[in-house]
Amino acid sequence: MDKKFNEGAWAEPGTSVKNKTGSWRTFKPIVTDRCVGCGTCTKFCPEGAIKIVEKNGKKKAEINYDYCKGCLICLKECPFKAIEKEVEK
Amino acid sequence: MKKVIEGSHAVAEAVRLCAPKVIAAYPITPQTHIVERLSKMVADGELDSEFLCVESEHSAMSACIGAQATGVRTYTATASQGLILMHEMLHVASGMRLPIVMNVANRSVSSPLSIWNDWLDAMAVRNSGWVQLFVESSQEALDTTIQAYKIAETIHLPVMVCIDGFYLSHTYEPVDIPDTVAGYLGDYKPKVVLDPKNPITQGMMAGPKAFQEFKEQQHRALLSAKDVIKNENSEFNKKFSRIYGDGLVETYNMESADYAIISMGSVCGTIKHILDEKKISDIGLIRIKTYRPFPNKEIIDLTKNLKALGVLEKDISFGIGGALWADVKTFVDKPVSNFIGGLGGRDIQIEDIVKIFETIRKEEENIHWVGSQLKK
Repeated sequence: MDKKFNEGAWAEPGTSVKNKTGSWRTFKPIVTDRCVGCGTCTKFCPEGAIKIVEKNGKKKAEINYDYCKGCLICLKECPFKAIEKEVEK
Repeated sequence: MKKVIEGSHAVAEAVRLCAPKVIAAYPITPQTHIVERLSKMVADGELDSEFLCVESEHSAMSACIGAQATGVRTYTATASQGLILMHEMLHVASGMRLPIVMNVANRSVSSPLSIWNDWLDAMAVRNSGWVQLFVESSQEALDTTIQAYKIAETIHLPVMVCIDGFYLSHTYEPVDIPDTVAGYLGDYKPKVVLDPKNPITQGMMAGPKAFQEFKEQQHRALLSAKDVIKNENSEFNKKFSRIYGDGLVETYNMESADYAIISMGSVCGTIKHILDEKKISDIGLIRIKTYRPFPNKEIIDLTKNLKALGVLEKDISFGIGGALWADVKTFVDKPVSNFIGGLGGRDIQIEDIVKIFETIRKEEENIHWVGSQLKK
């Protein structure tokens, strides 16, 4: 945690990188093998926390859990129902 | 130069001398003449400011916040419903530590509708983190508005200068207008500014792990205003030869007093007049000029040898009593009677104050409504 309290609550750019919002999650979205890497979820994710990566010549969505708040919009929007959820431990 | 002018125009002259770069205001009785005169000064080229005719007081304060955040001096004025409408933004201004200066021409708050004077408007926003100064005369209104910029810019908090609506705003009095404030008030030097070349965020979000510290900082800053106000009171005196008590409180006729009446604003002029005319020696006046931060130490020191006190105020904090009375009671352990009067523009007359003096001498503690027409 940043212990510097700038009087008047002002901040330099980059606070949304510094403040990891993954701790807010109640539900954790999990990308399953059904994912074809179409990228729909990356466009809907309000945090920009999903990107498409290539693994063993196959495209797949990868969620950055440092910033994913667990809204589950990706799960709702996935055309292949390839994202499941579990309760965050 | 001495001129016989309205209190509103005295305030406008003070603002002209301090030359804010942005003035954003919406007219409301009894503040109207302040901003009307300022807009004329801008139109006539006497004041180099951007005058924004905004659509509401909420917008007036928002515009001042935005402008001040870019690093320029700003000004607005309001009253009554206007102050209540901008209440949300008052907290934003103080939280962002922006030294905005505003005059409030104190007026009652609906309902019932009243355009007349009392302090219900200023008291409703007393927890918004602003410095609140109450003045007695038009001259003090002018002088305090100039000091307000110095105070605000030293502690990085906004300052509200309260002048009693009509009793000061619309009354003509001789007022000494300084030729210049150069040598007293320098250029505004902000700590941080909004600048596209060096981007920062002001008034950002703070989570539960940080929010409280910002509020603690604000409280400390507001408490630090006491020394700054005292200092500016004497610095102003050095330059302009006018002084108002110690800046926090002013005492009158306290030399041999056993009792004191505590009040604020223009009614203190009436009290002084009665103390003089009736040659009263056992009662003195403690006029609170700085309401926030509250001069608790000064009140304790000034009242420690007294038998009883009375607090006369033009407001009611429903469900407890007068707001000022409750504040005084927090620090004084002796009988303090509360006199609530002058609401909605009812004159507090000489006979009323004479009766208040008699009640204070009884050394009881009660809440009295001055001149109440209701059955007990």
